[in-house]
Amino acid sequence: MNKKFTKPKSMKDVTTHYCSGCGHGIIHRLICEVIDELDVRENTVAIAPVGCAVLAYDYWDFDTMEAAHGRTPAVATAVKRVLPDRLVFTYQGDGDLAAIGTAEIIHAGNRGENFSVIFVNNGVYGMTGGQMAPTTLLGQTTATSQFTRRAEKEGFPLKILEMMAILPGVVYLERTSLYSIKEILQTKKAIKKAFQSQLDKKGFSMVEVISPCPTYWGLSPVKAMERIEKEVVKEYPLGVVKELAG
Amino acid sequence: MNKKTTQIKIDKEKCKGCLLCLKVCPKQNVLERSKDLNKRGAQFIVIKHADECTGCALCAIMCPDCAIEIEENK
Repeated sequence: MNKKFTKPKSMKDVTTHYCSGCGHGIIHRLICEVIDELDVRENTVAIAPVGCAVLAYDYWDFDTMEAAHGRTPAVATAVKRVLPDRLVFTYQGDGDLAAIGTAEIIHAGNRGENFSVIFVNNGVYGMTGGQMAPTTLLGQTTATSQFTRRAEKEGFPLKILEMMAILPGVVYLERTSLYSIKEILQTKKAIKKAFQSQLDKKGFSMVEVISPCPTYWGLSPVKAMERIEKEVVKEYPLGVVKELAG
Repeated sequence: MNKKTTQIKIDKEKCKGCLLCLKVCPKQNVLERSKDLNKRGAQFIVIKHADECTGCALCAIMCPDCAIEIEENK
């Protein structure tokens, strides 16, 4: 019997700590598949965030570091400058990247650092108990916005990719999702493109993945995927936001 | 003799019972939710009609926990 579909080699054979139906598991696997396909496992350094994915080094079988909250791009900058031949990527959630780490990500993009960012946007702080994040949708109830998020009090959902697009050092930005097989395969393609553009020394690349958080959205995993398809992608339109040729 | 067969394998201890695989299965009749619980207390997925499986692997692509493996006999 040949294995038609199996766990990628870069992924350790363990059960993750993520909740049932969490998108992190799918994205972890897609990253490992891309690394196996590019055959760069021995040459990869990943930087894990603070957030639900803080234990990513338990699941990835390649070099992984852990950074302080939001400072992941700063650590990745150092790693890439010291070891320019490595594939360096950061894996960040929306609380990490869009809230406390906004300064780091914008300046890393502005300097045109040659590493990739996988930005997992699920619209809440998952690890600490489902508090409101800058990316929470208007009208969404969270632990710290019990009367729903209102624009006059808490502001509007922060669109990081559109902000990053004006920076000249940024070469590739794409927003994808996980709600269907087509979108999952598109996410894999986008991650591969981002890693390839880094290997081609083009500059800063970033993929935002709209991911479900069934636990803190208060929905079943299937309903959470439906919510992404019906509501979340209206606020965060999918597709390539920026791609510099050459 | 050389009939192509596929076999679906489910690691019941990895399954967290999210049921996303049930939603994407084009046959809708291959998998079902077990009545038993695994060690983490999830109602894991079991195979209902193995002969209806075409081996498209959509369930495995969707699975967040790498609990599904597809084997093929060419």
